Amino acid sequence: MIQIKDLSYSYDSDIALRNINLHIEKNTTCAIIGPSGCGKTTLLYLLAGFIDYTEGEIYIKNEKVKGSRKETGIILQDYSLLPWKTVWHNVALGLKIRGISKDKIEKEVDDILHELDIHELKTKYPAQLSGGQKQRVTIARTLIIKPDLLLLDEFTSALDAMTKENIQNLILNIYSKKPVTIVFVTHSIEEAVFLGQKIVIMEKAKIKKIIDNPYFGDVEIRSKIDYYNICLEVRRWLREGKTYENN
Amino acid sequence: MKTIEKIIKTKTLYGIITILIIWHVFHITVESNVIPSPYETVRRFIVLFPNTLSMHLLASLGRIMLAIGISIILGVPLGLWIGMNKKADSIISPVIYILYPLPKIAFLPIFMILLGIGNTAKVTLIVTIIIFQILIGVRDGVKEIPRELYYSAVSLGVSGAGIYRHLIMPAVLPRLFSALRLSLGISISTLFFAENFATTYGIGYYIMNAWTMVDYLDMFAGILSLSLLGLLLLRSLDMAERKICPWMFLK
Repeated sequence: MIQIKDLSYSYDSDIALRNINLHIEKNTTCAIIGPSGCGKTTLLYLLAGFIDYTEGEIYIKNEKVKGSRKETGIILQDYSLLPWKTVWHNVALGLKIRGISKDKIEKEVDDILHELDIHELKTKYPAQLSGGQKQRVTIARTLIIKPDLLLLDEFTSALDAMTKENIQNLILNIYSKKPVTIVFVTHSIEEAVFLGQKIVIMEKAKIKKIIDNPYFGDVEIRSKIDYYNICLEVRRWLREGKTYENN
Repeated sequence: MKTIEKIIKTKTLYGIITILIIWHVFHITVESNVIPSPYETVRRFIVLFPNTLSMHLLASLGRIMLAIGISIILGVPLGLWIGMNKKADSIISPVIYILYPLPKIAFLPIFMILLGIGNTAKVTLIVTIIIFQILIGVRDGVKEIPRELYYSAVSLGVSGAGIYRHLIMPAVLPRLFSALRLSLGISISTLFFAENFATTYGIGYYIMNAWTMVDYLDMFAGILSLSLLGLLLLRSLDMAERKICPWMFLK
């Protein structure tokens, strides 16, 4: 699904990514984790087509990425709902832009709002919602365009612990019902292990280690010891990076 | 909605009563016909309004609306352009910063020579003053849009004219309303000055004419009507903003 070959990227003189090679298979999930400034968000933005790359290549479904793809859904850290649109209009926007008929939009928006349990919020504005509710609306808004690739940028980092788990469960649930390719950037080791089939550990503009997570997909994994073993492994790789940095 | 209207009405009433009390205290303290009593002034206002003041107010209102309309038509697109385009901003903003603080009112004689002594010179004068408020307000509104919001709109497939419709215009509207509120006050005071020249219609002319005729009661009736016009326009602007930007007034 995604092929990244020899990708490098710099912000003026700062190197954000250096020689990245990564392959992500169709309908699998991939967590990208690493310390601040390691280039993980840049990598996601390049996949999203928000910024243009100059060195290397990115292919999604065998097509070279040039600008944003219509089939890529993106969920950002701070929800990024349009403050001047109600929940309903925020969710309907992607369909309106695609020129879909009014009746169909109404049905699809209502269906997805019911599915994500936010139908009663449809007339509210984003400023009237809690963090968890905003993230649900963002998810609804992204899913309604039926993406084949979901990119998530620290999508639970602004949420409290309980809401964070709820939203993670929701993403897993959505994935189980209808698998899509998911690439997500996170600071949280637990999130990376819970939602990532493949866990990419980054450090200083490079990929340091890729861990395969055989326990992905188990909703109850948080209460199992294997989960913590993988968390520990990820932590160890991340910590080694830090020691390296300090030296 | 009714509660909101009630609060606005009460606040306006509170403002009016406070000003009337201060005015009355001045009237009693000064003991001169230079400051007539509020009561006498209101009575004169009622007598003069239907045939005299309303005509002058309409003339002034027409000039204000025309100037604001032209400033919006010219200022909003230009503000959007320099807000969106860094190069345009770096070329145009320095020029604006030099022109903005100039006392444009000093150019009225030049406008009158170039554009004639009619309405064109007066309206042009107001436009040259308020267009900067609108332009800078809109430009800053565009610049304040968070990058993430832009990305999120783009990721949904919004592009081209859709970016203006769904992202930029709604983001800029509250700024535009603030700029219009400031512009309105400035337009009224500028017009007051401009209407002292080469016209026999307009509330500025009426007030200054009453002053030269030493008719202070008429002058105060004129001032009262001018302040009521300002109040009406500002309230209308507030109502329009509530209607057009409801997300700014959430509880």
